Amino acid sequence: MSRYFTQDHEWIDVDGETGTVGISDYAQSQLGDIVFVEVPEEGKSLSKGDDAAVVESVKAASDVYAPVSGTVIEGNVALADDSSLVNSDPEGEGWFFKITLADASELDQLMDEQAYAAFVEKL
Amino acid sequence: MSDKIQPTNGASDDDGVVIETLTLPLDAWHRARGGRMVEFAGYHMPVQYEGIMAEHLWTRESAGLFDVSHMGQLSITGEGVVAALEALLPAEIERLPFNKARYSLLLNEEGGVLDDLMLTRQAEDRVYIVVNGATKYDDVAHMIEHLPDDVTINLMEDHALLAVQGPKAVDAVSRLIPGVEALTFMQAGAFQWEGHDLWLSRSGYTGEDGYEISLPAEAAEAFADALLEQPEVKPIGLGARDSLRLEAGLPLYGHDLDPETTPVMADLGFALWKRRREAADFPGATRILAEREHGPAVKRVGLLVEGRQPVREGASVVGDDGAVIGRVTSGGFAPSVGAPIAMAYVPTELATAGTAISLVQRGKVHAATVAAMPFVPHRYYRGA
Repeated sequence: MSRYFTQDHEWIDVDGETGTVGISDYAQSQLGDIVFVEVPEEGKSLSKGDDAAVVESVKAASDVYAPVSGTVIEGNVALADDSSLVNSDPEGEGWFFKITLADASELDQLMDEQAYAAFVEKL
Repeated sequence: MSDKIQPTNGASDDDGVVIETLTLPLDAWHRARGGRMVEFAGYHMPVQYEGIMAEHLWTRESAGLFDVSHMGQLSITGEGVVAALEALLPAEIERLPFNKARYSLLLNEEGGVLDDLMLTRQAEDRVYIVVNGATKYDDVAHMIEHLPDDVTINLMEDHALLAVQGPKAVDAVSRLIPGVEALTFMQAGAFQWEGHDLWLSRSGYTGEDGYEISLPAEAAEAFADALLEQPEVKPIGLGARDSLRLEAGLPLYGHDLDPETTPVMADLGFALWKRRREAADFPGATRILAEREHGPAVKRVGLLVEGRQPVREGASVVGDDGAVIGRVTSGGFAPSVGAPIAMAYVPTELATAGTAISLVQRGKVHAATVAAMPFVPHRYYRGA
């Protein structure tokens, strides 16, 4: 399984044709206390870069974009009850949604863990 | 992912000229304590330290230290200053005892609010006023234009302003400055700390007991350090200042108040003092008194929003037919309520606690209920 990152601070874990998407630890630390998350519904078709989810902290609302094109398999229902999972475990239990990959070659445009760490370092 | 609201590092004026963001006396102090700095009212200011939620809750249970040095502190002096100021405001200053603070509003000729402020009569011919940071230069210009020449306006830019707010503020502040525990809500006075002159008022912008303390800028770091050495006190950023004042039902100028809004629309009728109403001698009195008599078209209310998603400034209030009938002017998640809350202007016939209201934000409808404010009870100290 490999993990990729976008410049907008989403991550995607790819396992075969399925990806799990969330926001990075850097993103959650910048947002601060997260009080609400809206995840996409099962079956929703997304193009790379589409608004896929909404995350709201005490101070601001932010969009989460689809890092790849595909169809949503599942949104993380746990976030409806406890959106603070995104703060406490952003790259684990705080995942947003799972998606089937329409075009695996889109992953080539994303960063790996090391490249993303270097990217965040410069911000 | 992208923030819909982003802090900026500089402001542009109407001509697109970039105005340099200024620093305040405690700039380095905030950075050294992990403050995350943003541009606010033309200054670099800390939006948070450890996190808005934790800072908010700490203030409600203990005491928070807020740097509000961006605000305008005015010392207005001269023979006839009281009568001259009364011509710009609906407050009773003539009969206001010395060292009592009052909330008031700078009004334009149409009765719109140019700024909201706190004023204290310090002596026969001296009034101390604290105005909003973003409007202070406009306020001074307005006063220069309207006050007689023998009244002097001193914008005290060589002074810092700190607020200590929360149920334990009295313990922390009185340990450093004995005697302040005897003040009651909205009472002020001159004090000293390590040889520095302070002007201290038992007031604030959180709904909690606490103090607002004016002091020379050069003493601000040492005094802030001394406050932070008190076990009750932690530094608090602008983020929690906003969520605390929202829960306390207190309007924020430039958001919940503006020049198109009258005191009656804003539900600030308490700022219209009896003698001034009877004399009808403040700016916009004809319109304001008519609104007070017959009701304004719209009114500021508090809203409890259903669900968990915050509904923020800019969202619309819609009627049954979907038409826009009002607007949300402040909104967010309320840490002490545990739910989203908002302030909005709605038609007066809907401005009754318990009325169901529909809001639209980014195409999504949110149900809300008009609620009495404050959302969290005020805990001011009014005497033993």
